[in-house]
Amino acid sequence: MVTSINKKRVIVIGNGMVGHKFIETLCDQKNSDIEILTFSEEPVLAYDRVQLSSYFSGESATDLSLASIKKYEEQGIKFHLNDKVISINKSEKTVVTEKGIEVCYDKLVIATGSTPFVPSIPGGKGEHIHVYRTLQDLEDIKSSAKVSSCGTVIGGGLLGLEAANALKQLSLKTSVVEFAPQLMPVQLDKEGGKLLRKKIKDINVDVLTEKNTKKITQGTAHRYRMEFTDGSQLETDTIVFSAGIRPQDELARSSDISIGERGGIIIDDYCQTSDKDIYSIGECALWNGKIYGLVAPGYQMAKTAAIHCAKTLSEEKVEKDTLPCFTGADMSTKLKLLGIDVASIGDAHGKQEGSKSYSFTDSKAQTYKKIVVSENGELLLGAVLVGGAEEYGSWLQLYLNEMQLPEYPQQLLFPYAADPDSTTTGVENLPDSAQICSCNDISKGEIASCIGKGIHDAGALKQVSNAGTGCGGCVQLVGQILDSELNKLGIEINNELCDHFSYSRAELFDIIKIKNIKNFDELLDKYGQRSGCEICKPTVASILASLWNDQILDTPHVTLQDSNDAFLANIQKDGTYSVVPRVPGGEITPDKLIVIGEIAKEFSLYTKITGGQRIDLFGAHVHQLPQIWKRLVNAGFETGHAYGKALRTVKSCVGTNWCRFGVQDSTSMAIFLENRYRGIRSPHKVKMAVSGCARECAEAQCKDFGVIATEKGWNLYVAGNGGMRPRHAELFATDLNDEILIKYIDRIMIFYIRTAERLQRTSVWMETLKGGLNYLQEVIIKDKLKINNELEEQMKLLIDTYQCEWEATINDPEKLKRFSHFVNSKETDPKVIFTTEREQIQPA
Amino acid sequence: MKNEWVDICDINDIPPMGAVCALHDGKQVAIFNLSNQGEVKSICNYDPVSKASVLSRGIIGDIEGRHVVSSPLHKQHFSLDTGECLQHEGIKVNVYPVRVVNSRVQLQQLDS
Repeated sequence: MVTSINKKRVIVIGNGMVGHKFIETLCDQKNSDIEILTFSEEPVLAYDRVQLSSYFSGESATDLSLASIKKYEEQGIKFHLNDKVISINKSEKTVVTEKGIEVCYDKLVIATGSTPFVPSIPGGKGEHIHVYRTLQDLEDIKSSAKVSSCGTVIGGGLLGLEAANALKQLSLKTSVVEFAPQLMPVQLDKEGGKLLRKKIKDINVDVLTEKNTKKITQGTAHRYRMEFTDGSQLETDTIVFSAGIRPQDELARSSDISIGERGGIIIDDYCQTSDKDIYSIGECALWNGKIYGLVAPGYQMAKTAAIHCAKTLSEEKVEKDTLPCFTGADMSTKLKLLGIDVASIGDAHGKQEGSKSYSFTDSKAQTYKKIVVSENGELLLGAVLVGGAEEYGSWLQLYLNEMQLPEYPQQLLFPYAADPDSTTTGVENLPDSAQICSCNDISKGEIASCIGKGIHDAGALKQVSNAGTGCGGCVQLVGQILDSELNKLGIEINNELCDHFSYSRAELFDIIKIKNIKNFDELLDKYGQRSGCEICKPTVASILASLWNDQILDTPHVTLQDSNDAFLANIQKDGTYSVVPRVPGGEITPDKLIVIGEIAKEFSLYTKITGGQRIDLFGAHVHQLPQIWKRLVNAGFETGHAYGKALRTVKSCVGTNWCRFGVQDSTSMAIFLENRYRGIRSPHKVKMAVSGCARECAEAQCKDFGVIATEKGWNLYVAGNGGMRPRHAELFATDLNDEILIKYIDRIMIFYIRTAERLQRTSVWMETLKGGLNYLQEVIIKDKLKINNELEEQMKLLIDTYQCEWEATINDPEKLKRFSHFVNSKETDPKVIFTTEREQIQPA
Repeated sequence: MKNEWVDICDINDIPPMGAVCALHDGKQVAIFNLSNQGEVKSICNYDPVSKASVLSRGIIGDIEGRHVVSSPLHKQHFSLDTGECLQHEGIKVNVYPVRVVNSRVQLQQLDS
């Protein structure tokens, strides 16, 4: 095979995360004389192996992909998939593949990664015994899961727990078997391991430690029986080995490239192997006697090798000491394993002589924190975090930059107790050289320079700087840098509502409240300019309603409302409306169902059951709305506020009334809550749910307020969301009685209404709330701001002044005048035309 | 006949800073009561972007001083003076002559 004339060819063996990073970096060097060719034994280009288990939580193979064929083609990168390089001829500088391709290279990169280590155990091979490394492995595990009820992972390290997560997501009863006395023995100390084990057990994953699998035989209750050296045994249907990795170095071995005693291709500081034209990077490479099994060090090697390769291939003379070196990597890591935050920094075990450690276990919140400090107490040497890892970013910076610790280093464990003026851990004090994003090796200085160039939005900053696009562990820190840099630049974050008001929604709320403003014009006159718009008018209308609860269709307010609120119905694409009567808790009598059916029939409306356990009636002309509602109100229905930024529904299950598993009367609670909070205007819609037991049939954990019954009372979850940006609700308080539960919801609701931005759901509000859940707990439970009385009084006023808007409207001839398509004719909109589909109307 | 004015409704039938839709010569016409500016405006009721007769149900506001209505379906702004859609160049709805005489709102007879 001939190489293109004058072009130097670089061949990359292996297109994993690290091989791909090498190619990306080499392309960034803009050396047009270089041609890149890569081989992969897998059928797809590089994908994100770190996030493998998300494959089972709905991410597709494309979501995981890092490289795309299109992009490679655009960049002129040649690639061969499904083909493995089987030999290297160093003197001829050629490689040969399994399929018989022979190509020559100028520089060669071995990025073959690692293979899972499978100990040789009798019976250790079988159709349903797998490893966990590639997309194909996942497919195989998935197939096995279809014919299994339980699965076991051998290995309780980082990857093993990832694999356990995968099994759990496939709905298998999952066990983890670990040889050491604890989980994650490399990263965690004994206490941390103990808490992790407890938390993992709490989510129904069994953990067995100090178990050495002797052999695998046929089981009786399940497919396999694992026999352990201590005489105990475990039966299971599917087995996944995750007992460590081994560098994939056979190719180098057979090509006579130096290999370490216990495997791994030996490389120098430039990632060159014993043959100077051959580099090795990633998990197959051995630097300074060490294999790095994390992606960040692999990326650093990729960058080092790519720059070295580009420079030495260019015509210019290169000063060797101007080239970057690989100088080892920090193995600190932060992960979410089975939904549990775990982090480990530096010397987590306190092995360094004279080191001292401080730890704190919060058995209520189920968190564990430990710091290891130097003998003189001045430097952070290591740390462990389990159950919460907010501190990871700032502690890692303390550690990496060898920053001076506060006089009493144990203060780090209690950030709230510490002197509020102390800024030791503040991002302001980090040197510009501090590495913030370890996945992409981005320093504080680089991020600050992006901000200096005018990138002032967190999302855009992420895109432009690339920081936080890897594991996401540094996102919080990047946010803090953004705040601090903007502060330095004297820029205030602009959350002004619109052109007409230079205030945020929360500020307007306070103004309206304190100045006792009762209508839009008064506010505009004193605090705004010009005439308003479709942003500020509905926002102010909502605030006025949240504060004073005047009828939204009363004269000064009616023209501020969005079309939905203005006609107390939901506008559809053809200008007709849908009608949703309230069905509290989803409980409805047959008589009421019949009324809905009769009305739908009479007005020929399309009917559909909603996700909120009620019935939506579509296709009503504007003049029909009052007629429909007269009938509904007579039958005892109230408006469902499906059109409003207000409480929608409180979904429920049948609870103790019917269900053999129920532990509380969830239906009654849901009906009570729905009737209590109906009609209250808020920054955005609010959804709630009440489940009668831990099985969670009402799906409360994806609601703004979720209530789940326990043996002793209720657990309250807040700030969940389904929809476009799903978010699990956070557990706010446990085992509450009815009275306290309602008190907390009252307070949180009003606090949210007072402080959230326009159209901000509780989920986003919670994420922007400084201090997050902890802070909210301090305010609501401990009354940190001394406002709870006020919050409760406000709620009482809103509840006491509730009135069904439709009932008020149909009894007011003045208000009814607007419900006509034409002001001067009784005709209906001639453009509205229906067809029929599945025996019901549809817009034509 | 041109220049003839047709009686539509009483100005009090249109809430201040609100709008109604009139059936005028077989056309749907949205009439806006900009009471605080002491004037009425009138454009076509049909929103050509969302393809529905809904503009009289939008919120009235101003964009940098221009009177606009925001469509209730997808929030595009239409100028009440020129009928132009501010978000889509080239899209424009009809503007109709309108006046208030003795508190009666009148639209001008259209060319047939």
